[in-house]
Amino acid sequence: MAERMYVIVVGAGKVGWNLARELLEKGHEVTLIEENRDRYATVEQELEHNIQYGDASELWVLERAGIQRADMVIAVTGDDEDNMLICQVAKEKYLVDRIIARVNNPRNREHFDLLGIRPVVSATDLILRLIEHEVPEYGLVHLLDLPEQRLEIIEMLLPEDSRAVGQRVGDLNMPEGTLLISVLREREGFVPVADTVLEAGDEILAVLDPKVEEDLTAYFGPEATV
Amino acid sequence: MFILIVGVGRVGSSLARAMLREGHDISCLDEDPESHARLEISLEKPWEDMGGQFTVGTALEVEALRAAGIEHADVFVAATDGDNTNIIIAQLAKRRFSVPTVIARILDPLRAEWYERQGVHTICPTRVAIEMLESEVHEVANRAAGRAPRVGAADHEDDEV
Repeated sequence: MAERMYVIVVGAGKVGWNLARELLEKGHEVTLIEENRDRYATVEQELEHNIQYGDASELWVLERAGIQRADMVIAVTGDDEDNMLICQVAKEKYLVDRIIARVNNPRNREHFDLLGIRPVVSATDLILRLIEHEVPEYGLVHLLDLPEQRLEIIEMLLPEDSRAVGQRVGDLNMPEGTLLISVLREREGFVPVADTVLEAGDEILAVLDPKVEEDLTAYFGPEATV
Repeated sequence: MFILIVGVGRVGSSLARAMLREGHDISCLDEDPESHARLEISLEKPWEDMGGQFTVGTALEVEALRAAGIEHADVFVAATDGDNTNIIIAQLAKRRFSVPTVIARILDPLRAEWYERQGVHTICPTRVAIEMLESEVHEVANRAAGRAPRVGAADHEDDEV
């Protein structure tokens, strides 16, 4: 079995409760913290001493739960400010090695980034990612994201009216920080050379700096009518 | 100075009026449109006619902060009714928008103390109230002790010699 960890989970909603249950089943030590009295009473019937009642953004509540010896803190409340604060305090005050935060409103993701809180989990983003995979017409599929290294690999379908159709790869004028790594054509993939001519319906794989993603999709996408 | 106040409750609105009367430029942001009425308590003219600015929006929305003028604020005051919201937006104002002076109202003394040490300038009304009550009670206790010395107090004084 993997190492046994002490995990503090904040927020006993559907996510937190199920997470706590799964972690316990895997043999980890878990304390769930819930600030709503009724919810606490409900979950306590099952989890007993593995759940504590209190507002985890109060430091003494975290300390009572033993945050000083926690290997991991997971904040999955329905409130982004609370999740940010709890993770920030866990990481910077109590020096917890691993934190995971839930993002409820995807527009708040940049705030988590700014405060150095990562990784984050966002249900909305996960579903969007699934849509991208399930519906390739969506245009751009993320194959790999390495946000820390500022690199990503994307797959994109070349539409008929893309300005890149009929062009030699060597003549492409792609945004800086982009590298075309392969082309999928008629179910076969190959690494393009300078003389490769792109065709409509090609799927291209590129590695790039996430900053230029929009420029790249604009470049390969349908030609803009000016 | 241009002062941006987020959270127009009793504290935010009173501060806004006082600073406006002193001649500063004041912009207020609150998610509740009704909070505008609070700004006009005891004002002779509408808030806007007095030169005040009011924006409806959530403090975590960057667009709302921009609309309220955060990019040229000299002072940012986080005075919503949520400690965590105030702590987070104060850090946004400081780190993302580089507002020169950022102050956060935090009710919980423990959180206020730790974030103060992390460089977030905090005002903790609870701490102030505790100190005032302590000194008041302390004074009353001393006065009572002075009027009616405890039995045996003289003996103790002798002991110390």
